Amino acid sequence: MKKELDENKPIFLQIKEQIEDSIIDGSLNGGERAPSTNEFAKFYQINPATAGKGINELVLEGILIKKRGVGMFVTEEAKSIVIEKRKQTFYENYLLPMKREAEKLEMDRQELINMLNREDEAHGN
Amino acid sequence: MEIKVNQLSKTYGDNHALDQVSFTLEGNKIYGLLGRNGAGKTTFMDILSGQMLASSGDITIDGENPFENQRLTESICLIKEANNFSPELKIKQVLKIFAYFYPNWDQEMAEELLETFNLKQSAKVKTLSKGMESALGITTGLASRAPITVFDEPYIGMDAPSRKMFYDILLDDYQENPRTIIFSTHLIDEVSLMFEEVIILKKGAVVLQESSEELRAKTVAVSGPKDKVDAYLVDKDIIQRTDLAGSSMAYAFGSRKEAEEAGLEVEGVPVQELMIHLTEKKKGA
Repeated sequence: MKKELDENKPIFLQIKEQIEDSIIDGSLNGGERAPSTNEFAKFYQINPATAGKGINELVLEGILIKKRGVGMFVTEEAKSIVIEKRKQTFYENYLLPMKREAEKLEMDRQELINMLNREDEAHGN
Repeated sequence: MEIKVNQLSKTYGDNHALDQVSFTLEGNKIYGLLGRNGAGKTTFMDILSGQMLASSGDITIDGENPFENQRLTESICLIKEANNFSPELKIKQVLKIFAYFYPNWDQEMAEELLETFNLKQSAKVKTLSKGMESALGITTGLASRAPITVFDEPYIGMDAPSRKMFYDILLDDYQENPRTIIFSTHLIDEVSLMFEEVIILKKGAVVLQESSEELRAKTVAVSGPKDKVDAYLVDKDIIQRTDLAGSSMAYAFGSRKEAEEAGLEVEGVPVQELMIHLTEKKKGA
């Protein structure tokens, strides 16, 4: 969990991403209770409606489920849904910026591939 | 409670404190009412709370005019930056008056807040420091639980930890008892994330009314080589722009995605910056 939010990005997206990150890294597992709107609002001193918007989107995507009177829970499928979603945005969020930066530095494809291979060797993948 | 403002004007001689202002506040949200000194915020809040008559136009709360309207005045609590209480009263008496006036008054909460802020019920208002007086204002503002609560720079003289405590308590209580909270402040950075909607006034007119999330989604801070920034800004509403040695930086209304595709560095625009630039006297853009 981040200590502070970045005021430069949509807040509800950051709330969403934080929960997703916790699900991916295993700190929030299927069946466990997720922080509530109120908890997020208080922790970050943000508008509850904003926190609620992020959480509601996760409910719509089947990542969280609302249990009346008890709170928000992580669904059993949550992790696979998040991973699938992240794979789809991997291109936009990581590959594209990398390509753009490489172009700026006038690096060609081969140089990029070499770099990836070197990284693999260094970290034994 | 819905607040409808229609062509509202207030003039003092030649000075238009409010000039045909129209907007609607749906209610049960936390609003940020922003603007520079003299933009008309305080005038608006005085009219809203029924303490002042407009020169023309009207304001209605759930369809009724608030001026000297008993039913409405007990639904509105306005806490100003100073002189909220008569100096000769003891805090205990201040609470009594508020309890008598506001039907939803929560005495238990008031007493807890006094303790939190280290205020003694036996102390007289005139013996309080500026920060203590502000803390008393916040105590009564929150405990009144008025359906419309207006804070006009309520924390003058309060230190950072006390202000943080105030935000914590406000958010907690707002979630348990949703109501309309209107915040007017110059400490925008501290509170902007609590706003659900922002209204910016400039010289008695509304220059912007928008939900905070929408605002974050549709304003961008872009930077990059001057020609790329130029190309991106062609069809945009520019808020502010600076050039330096072949590169440019600009705040504009536009989408993050388009700016990224144009190969620019993209960030959001903090509400504070938006307020500053939208209310500047004159700018080329």
